Amino acid sequence: MRVLRIVVLVCLIVIVGIQFVPTEHNLSESVPETDFMLVNEVPDAIQAKLKVSCYDCHSNNTSYPWYSRVQPVSWFLEGHIEEGKSDLNFNEWEDYSTRKRYSKLRSIISQIEDDEMPLESYSLIHSDAKLSGKEKAEIISYMNQLKERL
Amino acid sequence: MKKVRKVLSLLVVTGVTLAFASCKDGGNDDSMESTSSGMGQEGGSNEVSTGVMADSYGNTTAESVVNNYLRLTSALAASDQNQAAEAGRYLVADFKGFDKSSYSSAEQQELTDIVEDATEHAEHISKSDLGHQREHFDILSKDVIDMIAITGTERNLYQYFCSMYNGDKGGQWLSDTKEVKNPYFGSQMMSCGELQK
Repeated sequence: MRVLRIVVLVCLIVIVGIQFVPTEHNLSESVPETDFMLVNEVPDAIQAKLKVSCYDCHSNNTSYPWYSRVQPVSWFLEGHIEEGKSDLNFNEWEDYSTRKRYSKLRSIISQIEDDEMPLESYSLIHSDAKLSGKEKAEIISYMNQLKERL
Repeated sequence: MKKVRKVLSLLVVTGVTLAFASCKDGGNDDSMESTSSGMGQEGGSNEVSTGVMADSYGNTTAESVVNNYLRLTSALAASDQNQAAEAGRYLVADFKGFDKSSYSSAEQQELTDIVEDATEHAEHISKSDLGHQREHFDILSKDVIDMIAITGTERNLYQYFCSMYNGDKGGQWLSDTKEVKNPYFGSQMMSCGELQK
């Protein structure tokens, strides 16, 4: 019983301690002109869906929930966001070469088709991010259109 | 005291669970079952001569890219995810050190775009499962073909196209042998490939 008390105490100290480790937050005030939505004049329905299901990790602006301020949750989130942004950042779409846009569109389509995106852990917590069969088809069809136009 | 301990334990468990919940995807992203499994036991595979490894400090040339690209092609034809990932890593190094200085400024611009795109594909190849590697290989092949259109190559290469890949959109690749060894399907459809040039 003593051991348990010590273990719990240590955990408490660690948990409280790591709260003081600073993490950078992915926040930006305005939407840049290079954003995917502006460059492509994306239809409203698709815009809304992409913002809810994708933009948290694939743009310069994340909507952080309350629990994201707690470590180690904050670390894991930042890790996901960093990786997401480096693979695809919708805010920088205009800066992508045509070649790169083509690659990204193909990846977007493939990831959605394979249900690899949005991440399961993300849609578990953000149920509005889940894509229904119809939504998947709409997004994929739209991305295909963009791809043809390139 | 008992109540406090219970609350604390609950907090710890919650915290750890949350942590694992968001951590789970990190490792599982690439564990998708590859649909085109089947180790191609191609007897006496024509091993491409050991590719020139990029000198990470020096400037790499198109030849190094071509060599490592061909290694990648062979690895995919053999359905060897590990070898393909390794070839991917070499290609990343090649692209990062790519020397564009001997080309015109218009060509350099094009090469910059090609290399930027190709690097990303090579990076993905170095850490994905076989199915994803092949998806990236498709576009990477186009990049390499476009690169060679500018840089040329000393090697004698054959360009193939298999229309069965990617829902009939097909995939292309370059090979240095006349024997068709399909990197998209491996042993499942080794000979799907039409010589283009």
